[in-house]
Amino acid sequence: MTPSFSLNLIADLREMWALPFMLNAFRAGTVVAVLAAPVGWFMVLRRQSFAGHTLAVVGFPGAAAGVWLGVGATAGYVGFCLAGALVFALLPRRAPDGGERTGAIGTVQALALASGMVFVALYHGFLAGTSALLFGSFLGITAAQVRTLAVVAAAALAVLAVVARPLLYASVDADVARAAGVPTRALGLVFLLLLAVTAAEVGQITGALLVFALLVLPPATARLLTVRPGRGLLVSVVLAVVTVWVALFVAYYSPYPLGFWLTTIAFAGHVLAYAGRLVAGTRAAVA
Amino acid sequence: MPPFLTHAYLAGTFVALAAGPVGYFLVLRAQVFTADALSHVAFTGALAALAAGLDARLGLFAVTLLVALAMGALGRRGRPDDVVIGGVFAWILGLGVLFLTLYTTVRSGTGNGSAGVSVLFGSIFGLSAGRAAVTAVVAVGLGAAVLALARPLLFASLDEAVAAARGVPVRALGFAFLALVGGTVAEATQVVGALLTLGLLAAPAGAAHRLTTRPLRGTALSAGIAVASVWVGLAVSWLVPTLPPSFPILATAAVTYLVAAVATPRRVGMVSR
Repeated sequence: MTPSFSLNLIADLREMWALPFMLNAFRAGTVVAVLAAPVGWFMVLRRQSFAGHTLAVVGFPGAAAGVWLGVGATAGYVGFCLAGALVFALLPRRAPDGGERTGAIGTVQALALASGMVFVALYHGFLAGTSALLFGSFLGITAAQVRTLAVVAAAALAVLAVVARPLLYASVDADVARAAGVPTRALGLVFLLLLAVTAAEVGQITGALLVFALLVLPPATARLLTVRPGRGLLVSVVLAVVTVWVALFVAYYSPYPLGFWLTTIAFAGHVLAYAGRLVAGTRAAVA
Repeated sequence: MPPFLTHAYLAGTFVALAAGPVGYFLVLRAQVFTADALSHVAFTGALAALAAGLDARLGLFAVTLLVALAMGALGRRGRPDDVVIGGVFAWILGLGVLFLTLYTTVRSGTGNGSAGVSVLFGSIFGLSAGRAAVTAVVAVGLGAAVLALARPLLFASLDEAVAAARGVPVRALGFAFLALVGGTVAEATQVVGALLTLGLLAAPAGAAHRLTTRPLRGTALSAGIAVASVWVGLAVSWLVPTLPPSFPILATAAVTYLVAAVATPRRVGMVSR
């Protein structure tokens, strides 16, 4: 069947959703976007992008090991990502953005990727499998996987909702929050675990290398548009969902991979927001 | 020793000699994330060149250097910030996937379907004598440039404000250093692959920062650990052919870091930022 694009977008969507794999892709993509945006918003706020990216990458050996050992890719993703978060929690925290900490994170990441390569070699999964783990396999998602994704995402969002207020306090001003009796260390650990679960969830859809497009770009764009936390979280969720939907829509009609569309649309949104802010700034300066 | 192993040792040694000192400054300046982003950009650069029918090395160097400088321009004082790095490289990696698709579909006739994986994970055992020599010469140039910049760069890294007040061109140094990082990443990509370049930059440097607080000694130590990792890794990989060489190289570097971290608990390092 060759998909034919028509200007009637509703009809196009209906046609896509008649295909089970597209319907599952939209469902999974929406779940993942709704989870990734708020967690990513806190990640950008806390300047933990590097840790977030590394946790995403740790999912690659996790999935490869899971497939190799026969326990399934999902268990591998979640297990390795959580382990990675615990390792980061143990790292020295002399300064919040200390150089040595980044050195350690970088080492973890490179070692994870190298191990992933070994697991893939052991499994004899080779090229197709490796590319799917690294760059995603959006179209092979089953209804059961969507259910698992949704349950895990709901749990993670519930935890985030509970810790959101103190976490915001601790992220904005850690010293004052600590003095006021907020358990910043424990919150930091909880957030790293949340980040790990999110990276594992998103990674199953976008592949380990492209998790970052959903985790960092919509929240970064939202932060250009508004500085208020509540509104920012909402805007980033909307942006993430729109990005995923538009990317799926375009990828359906185009020969190019979804990962390319996902990152390009998210980045285009960011550039637009940036340009809009520049224009608004000039106008304000003139007026 | 078979010729491919000689070439691997030649290129690997010199790349490690450049990566060690560059990594030391990366850790000192807390810019490892920049190197992480650039290593992913290297993937896109190599595949863009391949998709266009050019030499992969051309794209590798051109794109990494360009993006390194662009990220510096977007950040303050030639020092890109977290969000700029993350946003830019997420998109560029997406472009890399596009080029991978273009390359494998358009040029599948040439039987290079494994190009993506070889760019990502390196092909050090596939270097010809000529390529190994060129790689070594470029690496020597990069190493010399780092040493030439070392003193002012150290000052600018440790106390940017005071260095700027004393007339050190902090911003220009930031850009020069980013260019060096870009070049080193492109070099190391040829040896251990785009994804694992970060390990060669971060692990020996992290260990060196643990073991000594003196900058000159740290730089030398970082280079030494990097070279030792490459040597040990290549030997192991030659003895155990099922292991891709990148893994033992990085495992050696990471274990060295782990040992250094465990052996020197809670020492106040010179990393202050």
